[in-house]
Amino acid sequence: MKLPNFDYRAPASLDEAVGLLAANNDARIISGGQSLVPMLAFRLAYPSMLVDLRNIANLERIQITDDGLRVGARVRWCQIECDARLSDSHPLFQYMISHVAHYQIRNRGTVGGSLAHADPAAEMPGLAVVCDCNIIVVGSDGTRNIAAGDLFAGPLNTTLEQSEVITEVHFPAWPAQRRWAFIEIARRKGDFAMAGVAIYYDPDAHGKASNAHVGVIGVTATPQRLNEVEAAINGRTISEELIAEVKAIASGTVEPMSDIHAGADYRKSLVGTLSARAMRRAAGLEREAP
Amino acid sequence: MTAHKPLVGQPVERVEDPRLLRGKGRYTDDIHREGMLHAAILRSAVAHGRILEIDATEARALPGVHSVLTADDLNSPVPCIPIRLFPNPKMDPFRQPVIATGKVRYVGEALAIVVADSAAIAEDALELISAEIEPLNAVADMETHSADKTLLFDGQDSNHVWKYDATLGEADKAFDGAHYTRRERFYVHRHTGITMETRGVVSEWDPVAGKMTCWGAAKVPYQNRKMLAEMLGLPEASVELVEGDTGGSFGVRGEFFPEDYLVPYAARLLNRPVKWIEDRREHLLAVSHARDVACDIEIACDADGRVLAIRANAVVDIGAYIRTATTITPRNVATCIPGPYRVPNFSSTVSLLVSNKSPTGTYRGPGRFEADFFRERMFDLVAADFGMDQVQFRRRNLLTEEELPHPLPSVSPDPHDSELDSGAYEEVLDRCLKKIGWEEKQSVQGQRIDGRYHGLAVGCFVEGGGAGPSENCRMVLEKDGMVSVYVGSSAVGQGLQTIMSQIAADAMELPLDRIRLFHGSTSFVKQGFGSFHSRSTVMGGNATLIAAKELKAQILGAGAKILQVSGEDVRYENGAVISNSGGSVGLDALGENGLSYEATFKNSKHTYSYGTHAVHVAVDSETGELELIDYVAIEDAGRIINPLTLHGQAVGSIVQGLGGALLEHLIYDSEGQLLVGTLADYLVPLATDFPNIRSESIALRRSPNHPLGAKGAGEGGTIPVGALIANSVAAALADFKVQPFDLPLSPDRIWRLIENASDT
Amino acid sequence: MKFAVQFELNGDAVEVNVEPRMTLGDCIRHELGKTGTHIACEHGVCGACTVIVDNEAVRSCLTLAVQAQGSKVVTVEGLSDDDELTPLQKAFRKHHALQCGFCTPGMITTAHALLSAEPDANEERVRDVMSGNICRCTGYLSIIAAVMEARAAYRPQEEVSAE
Repeated sequence: MKLPNFDYRAPASLDEAVGLLAANNDARIISGGQSLVPMLAFRLAYPSMLVDLRNIANLERIQITDDGLRVGARVRWCQIECDARLSDSHPLFQYMISHVAHYQIRNRGTVGGSLAHADPAAEMPGLAVVCDCNIIVVGSDGTRNIAAGDLFAGPLNTTLEQSEVITEVHFPAWPAQRRWAFIEIARRKGDFAMAGVAIYYDPDAHGKASNAHVGVIGVTATPQRLNEVEAAINGRTISEELIAEVKAIASGTVEPMSDIHAGADYRKSLVGTLSARAMRRAAGLEREAP
Repeated sequence: MTAHKPLVGQPVERVEDPRLLRGKGRYTDDIHREGMLHAAILRSAVAHGRILEIDATEARALPGVHSVLTADDLNSPVPCIPIRLFPNPKMDPFRQPVIATGKVRYVGEALAIVVADSAAIAEDALELISAEIEPLNAVADMETHSADKTLLFDGQDSNHVWKYDATLGEADKAFDGAHYTRRERFYVHRHTGITMETRGVVSEWDPVAGKMTCWGAAKVPYQNRKMLAEMLGLPEASVELVEGDTGGSFGVRGEFFPEDYLVPYAARLLNRPVKWIEDRREHLLAVSHARDVACDIEIACDADGRVLAIRANAVVDIGAYIRTATTITPRNVATCIPGPYRVPNFSSTVSLLVSNKSPTGTYRGPGRFEADFFRERMFDLVAADFGMDQVQFRRRNLLTEEELPHPLPSVSPDPHDSELDSGAYEEVLDRCLKKIGWEEKQSVQGQRIDGRYHGLAVGCFVEGGGAGPSENCRMVLEKDGMVSVYVGSSAVGQGLQTIMSQIAADAMELPLDRIRLFHGSTSFVKQGFGSFHSRSTVMGGNATLIAAKELKAQILGAGAKILQVSGEDVRYENGAVISNSGGSVGLDALGENGLSYEATFKNSKHTYSYGTHAVHVAVDSETGELELIDYVAIEDAGRIINPLTLHGQAVGSIVQGLGGALLEHLIYDSEGQLLVGTLADYLVPLATDFPNIRSESIALRRSPNHPLGAKGAGEGGTIPVGALIANSVAAALADFKVQPFDLPLSPDRIWRLIENASDT
Repeated sequence: MKFAVQFELNGDAVEVNVEPRMTLGDCIRHELGKTGTHIACEHGVCGACTVIVDNEAVRSCLTLAVQAQGSKVVTVEGLSDDDELTPLQKAFRKHHALQCGFCTPGMITTAHALLSAEPDANEERVRDVMSGNICRCTGYLSIIAAVMEARAAYRPQEEVSAE
């Protein structure tokens, strides 16, 4: 599975990278390469040129401000795992990323790369959607801000223009009292999720849920928010009764994909089950043990 | 001279390891020959079709491409791959041509070979070849091709191309008037031994000497040399197959594959060494596939739950052709259903069904994994009908020691009768139950604890080993006093070098570092048969004992001469010839005498290691996920040469079985397209999957069938696993009345079983 | 077209001229003759090709050779000498943590990278990290045991107190 031929550049500036992408219609960006190189190995893509971001400065920092997180596009999974600040600043981000692939992949794979690759079963796109992220991109028409929900057009398909490079991902600030959970089911450790549900909400003054966000990965062509589930949760206290309601709504609200690992009906059922379990965990209603 | 401390039976650290740990192994892709070119294979993307035209003009014009060969470019007639095991002339129409000729019959079948300056260029060239194939209906599931509407082979009237029958006693008679009968259908899915090192061949033709040398041989180099020589029209002595390090076999390597002909052919044609290394996508498609067996099984019992008879009707989907080892799985399915149990009457018919899928061969416990699944699943169903627990039923039906040796059913055509040699089946069952804490764990059987359902199962099995017909060992006393040992067995990762060295060292009463062990290459011994059917320790080991005995006799003769005493006055001790009158002479002084002996050990009697496995699982009924809480395996290998390596084989074998039961699946769609193209889809166990395995290998009952006494082992761990997992799932989900009849038991399938059970 | 790439391999400065499409794994094996690193899947799943780049374990089949420019690369050959096996290698041998040996170099480099950074990793962590390396022969129990035992050799040696 040798790679097809391509030209290669490792420009020193973002402007140069954008210029190369604009000038070569079949040029593609290579960041960590953990998703792109396997595609090339299977000859599923024939880029005329790879534009490597490795020499471009200032894309590798995680900045924490009062507004939230600014995560450079070249930040790797291992950085996120090891950043002690994140356990308070954005625990869901850190926890979901710990499910990505394996050790060696986590040393190379990047936030921007995963978003641009747009695999429906990957954690990062789902995370970005459920957390209301904004993605900063720079292209030949300048800089723009894309809401995560608008970035994904379909499986392995984004709304990015040919010359656009993701430079940063902004996460809104994470309040200290927020309740959250993420549960995914994969065949083996590190495999793509057959289904994964992330949930968070902010308890109001009466302990009722508000600002509920429920996101699903691995089930639909693009990562989805389960708006009907969120509507059912908002304004309510989390109880076993509500959890049972949510389970039924969640299953009913998705039309899942089918593949060799999981049929659509099984995935539908998983969405319900995982939504219920994630809710229970977020609310602290889980009993001890698995 | 210090007395020799016996090495056989000791956990000797492997002599292979320092080299391999340092990254100094020599696998096929590590070989570089001067002027070497690289090959790639164009494989059919169509499962069934007539080849209209293969246009390689553009490919041939690509800079760096030296040659593109199709069936039309090969010498006519295109050779067909022989059947190595239990061949029958009537099987000839179903043999595989080394390159697709006229028709293609499976996705992945070789259409052309490209030779270029680099593997990357060769792969570039593949994309420039246009193959025009008129598609025919693909037959890719058992129901469809059993209907025989589309035939794979012209001039035949069915896709059922062969069958085996096996009998013991009179099954039909026993069924008449039996107190109890039950009939079920089970299926074991297609999966296989995916090796870490993919296949590969490096071939070099010496036009002056008229000699073809191939590197990358494994498992059965002598047989493959014979086949290759014949196909190339060369005398056997002009073909040398060299075995280096091999990255696993598990039974799937060592077939004669199409590339084993195409690469040497190209090397000879181009007069340049040619290397071909299979990539992983090809490996999933083109390495021997395995399993894919359905069985209609009926059992008859008396009023006390004693088995009176079993009848079985099985179909093996062998893929598109009968290849070198295709017959083994069907034959084993035919004869291995009784296992270690008393089944006084038995009859089976096993049909070989061709389909538009990759050809199958052997894979760890071939036919036995399947047979065990059919039998042990049936046993649990029957036990429940009788209100007996799983253990009670098995105890009542296990063969006792006094009943051994005990014949296996006799298969025809091409019979090869076998009998269970020795064993304490019930004793090992008891050990296993005790170790897992069977009695104590009964309280969780079928119970829901912390949201998961717990299930336990137990199963007994036998593993056949020590296949003949023979094996050679040549021992040479070198000038430096070292003893070189050449064996016809092949190293595929099982620690052959260490095991044989231990046996040789003990036989010659020398320390391990005085032994040099050489394996596998066809120039080492006159004849060899390789490594398969758990035979190397038994066959190679016994040949080593014979060679050592003869060499010692020669040494004594030469030593007596030097000491100027008669032959009766000397004895051999710890690597020296000692005279009764006091003199002695060491091996290093006898090295100039050119002493050597090549021994052949012939064996027609198989050995049967055996054991019991027990498992405790927890199933999440909402997600279908299964966790292995505890897995206990006890296997009696008769005599243990190296407990360290045997234990490694046992654990590795069990994990492969678990992969087969839960994760691995070669899935085809109805068009004959293989849907698993990557290791992200074909799921093998990872370090996180099955951490709770407790395996014990014991030496309880030697095999009486040969001097060494060891029973071949290495496959036993896999054999009972499928049955055990299915039985434990049924036990766990008893409340849902779930009964698995098929493997694998992925979460989706377990969930579906529960859904379907609640619908009825 | 080919690119000149300079990097350090097992402590030695090397320079190769390679097409951008050549992976680091293939470059190490065939351009630089270090065949200890094995290629077993070429799509980043099996871990046999693991090498250490700038102190991090990476899959060399997913790294382009041109991306190694200026880096420090260490392969299994760079982790041992010919005189004696390292403590990690000795632990593998003792526990029979290799059979066919094909996955072994990747296991060694991965374990070495892990233990160099986390000598106190617990069994769960060890298992989690090693789950990125496939073995078909051993069933993993012996590999985990070997890595666990080798941890002691990666911990800082206790100071000998002058009494």
